[in-house]
Amino acid sequence: MDKNEYDVIIVGGGITGAGTQRDCAMRGLRTLLIERSDIATGATGRNHGLLHSGARYAVNDPESAEECIRENRILRSIAAHCIDETDGLFITLPEDDLAYQKTFVEACRKAGIDAEIIDPDLARRLEPAVNPDLIGAVRVPDGGVDPFRLCAANMLDAKLHGGQVRLHTEVTGFIRHGDTVVGVRTRNLTTGVAEDFYAPVIVNAGGIWGHGIAELAGVHVGMYPAKGALLVFAHRVNNMVINRCRKPANADILVPGDTVCIIGTTSTRIPFEECDTVAVTPEEVTLLITEGAKMAPVLSSTRILRAYAGVRPLVSADDDPTGRNISRGIVCLDHETRDGLKGLITITGGKLMTYRLMAEIATDAVCRKLHIDKACETATTPLPGSEERSYEAVARKIWEAPSMAQKAAAARMGTSAARIQTGDHLDEALICECEEVSVGEVNDAIERLDATTLTDLRRRTRIGMGTCQGEFCACRAAGLLAKASGCVERERNGIADFMQERWKGNFPIGWGDTLREAEYTQWVYKHVLGL
Amino acid sequence: MKLQEYTESKYNFEECMKCTICTAYCPVLQVNPLYPGPKQAGPDGERLRLKDPFFFNYALKYCLNCKRCEVACPSGVKVADLIQSARIRYDHSKPKLRDRILASTDFMGSLARPFAPMVNGVTKMGVTKAVLDGTMKIDKNRTFPKYSGRSFEAWLKRQAPAQAAFPEQVAYYHGCYVNYNYPQLGKDLVKVLNALGVGVQLLDKEKCCGIAMITNGMSQQATRHARHNVAVIGAAAAKGLKVVTTSSTCTLTLRDEYPGLLGVENQVVRDSLLMATRFIYEKLEKGAQLRFRPDFHKRIAYHTPCHLEKLGWGIFSEKLLRMIPGVEFTMLDSNCCGIAGTYGFKKENYAASQAIGAPLFEQIRNVNPDVVACDCETCKWQIEMSTQYPVANPISILAEALE
Repeated sequence: MDKNEYDVIIVGGGITGAGTQRDCAMRGLRTLLIERSDIATGATGRNHGLLHSGARYAVNDPESAEECIRENRILRSIAAHCIDETDGLFITLPEDDLAYQKTFVEACRKAGIDAEIIDPDLARRLEPAVNPDLIGAVRVPDGGVDPFRLCAANMLDAKLHGGQVRLHTEVTGFIRHGDTVVGVRTRNLTTGVAEDFYAPVIVNAGGIWGHGIAELAGVHVGMYPAKGALLVFAHRVNNMVINRCRKPANADILVPGDTVCIIGTTSTRIPFEECDTVAVTPEEVTLLITEGAKMAPVLSSTRILRAYAGVRPLVSADDDPTGRNISRGIVCLDHETRDGLKGLITITGGKLMTYRLMAEIATDAVCRKLHIDKACETATTPLPGSEERSYEAVARKIWEAPSMAQKAAAARMGTSAARIQTGDHLDEALICECEEVSVGEVNDAIERLDATTLTDLRRRTRIGMGTCQGEFCACRAAGLLAKASGCVERERNGIADFMQERWKGNFPIGWGDTLREAEYTQWVYKHVLGL
Repeated sequence: MKLQEYTESKYNFEECMKCTICTAYCPVLQVNPLYPGPKQAGPDGERLRLKDPFFFNYALKYCLNCKRCEVACPSGVKVADLIQSARIRYDHSKPKLRDRILASTDFMGSLARPFAPMVNGVTKMGVTKAVLDGTMKIDKNRTFPKYSGRSFEAWLKRQAPAQAAFPEQVAYYHGCYVNYNYPQLGKDLVKVLNALGVGVQLLDKEKCCGIAMITNGMSQQATRHARHNVAVIGAAAAKGLKVVTTSSTCTLTLRDEYPGLLGVENQVVRDSLLMATRFIYEKLEKGAQLRFRPDFHKRIAYHTPCHLEKLGWGIFSEKLLRMIPGVEFTMLDSNCCGIAGTYGFKKENYAASQAIGAPLFEQIRNVNPDVVACDCETCKWQIEMSTQYPVANPISILAEALE
């Protein structure tokens, strides 16, 4: 067999692509995943990181709500190390209509979501950061999910099942035999090397870029890019997700995620050309802070770390050419039945937290095409790292008296943290001091998780995500990358790219301590390190 | 309030710029690799602890609470407070018997005082030290402070009528050390203040400031002491009295640790509470006179206790000592002596404690003074034990130099 032949090629390394590759690989298929940039660079890594209970959709979109709660329960058991089981509150503020609470709770119960009306006093005790003026509160099983970790774990498991991954590789075109797509032409964006890959089925999992990928194959997918802006606060002010109990609107979800908390989002239709360069506007920043402070007043005086925006891949229903009827549900298109183009499937729509179901639907479609009859096992098989439910148990199993960094590693890597227990003191030295990431953990991401740049490392380990935004870790991690790649010059340039990318997120909220720190970082890199 | 007009965070941890100056100034980090250092243990660790107390690191117990990190921090982060408050909030291990005994300076003092000669004899014995070392993990190399047979309080009570005759009055928070171990310092203060026309009163039954309880995991007891002390100091302040002290650590605790770590509000008494050196200096500035012996001659090396540096009041001790005719004054380099109250008594900390103080001890030997001056009793024990040079409070030196 040709080394470039596979059973299925997945285009797109977001959570949908990674999840689909895992599912396909677990069903015994020879898989290749191709990603233009790095894993989780699109909408996957640019959202709240909210493990929806489904409550947000219960009133308007019961189908999505049911999907969410089902997947919510599944992810808790298969992706424990990516999940933060915080629970969530839907709060009613004095300016909201308390009558909506009843509609909301009924809709939740109908969808199978445990929604419990609690006394505002209890809500204040459970979540001290919540606006004390609240007049109603409902407790729901919301949580946090780390999209980077989830994506990396899916990719890793696909690889453990024989899958191959090509990151920083762009699909430049499709190879067609008549009405059948038989392969993809690619170019490695780091080396410039062009290569062709063949498979009887190709899955387009490109998120919003799936629109362009489909065009390459000559088919049209009606997508509508909607920008959503978010703000990252520098520490966790809340330990429960806080939502507004009203019709979903702008900036009404505050999610605690690892060491930070995130407020979002906005929703603005943008043209396709802007998908690669979305920036957060001052108006969006003001809106996010203003609305955020209504849910947790302390946000008005809490340091902001970054602003960022993602693009939701909204899909218009196929029978509605006007595009008005936009669904947030899962869309799986078999281009053979839809457009007469064999060998191509598009999986899109959906949400971060329904990725597994999307992957299952896509893989079922792949298997049908390949006449393979194998059941999906992703709902019951834990991801690598998630074999234990709690990071406490993980840390104590690996280390007798775990340090803060070892505990942090256990929380990030789950049971995979055992891999960095080498007994070598050098491996325990810290690369990132804000998030407590050790040399061992960074090396593991380079060796096992396909990280080749500082930004790749950030997504896998959280280096550069803390308050110093790369001030200390960038140069240290670059040293490890240089050791691995053997190219000092490339990694030196990589530092500049990385710091530029960090500044992009600091810029829209560039005031106060964040500006002070950015200034200090600039001194360090420019004047001390001479970059 | 305008949105984002300013930002705030507990003990200012969000203001940390990661400049790492605190880490460079931390005396522990240089001798104990098990300690994560002030930046890690303080502002960095706080973000993780806010996520889950599970991330609390027991190595925070190696913090001396010397506050040098806070003095060094250019961003106003209360690094040491972050560390100590994390220990208070998250370290739920019960204090050991040893730590309870070491922390209960007040209680132990009142037990030992009636049997002072015997207690002093016993604690001096090698065999006692060996037993304490083996059973309690109190390091055998330590010299224990001697107990006094008569308490300072008993002495001053007998002086009360004479003291009341002075036109101006202050109250004196003497602390455990003066009361049980070294009443002479209190007597020296009375002598100096009387020479300035100031009479000295006791507070209405002060209690131990509680710093040793705070650092030994007994913050609840410390809080009870704090409430009591704020009340009695407040009563004195309400009468218009200044409350003076001779121990820098007690002073820092009463002024800053009560509100900062224990949540005991002391704003009403804070301005009335000051080191006696500052009180005396300010009086002299305003024209009061002290008459010194013409034959007084001493070479004095002055060590600023870390907590006095934190208060910013070392300058008053220095100025007073330099004012004494016949004094050859040397300012010792800023360097923690390493004992940090009960910290250095613990067997596990002994080596680190001595290593931290080593540069100070060496400088003292090089300067070869007649006496080392210092406003802290535990620094005194440490320096006397480690260098054999006598150590005296600046107040005692002032008293000795008076005519």
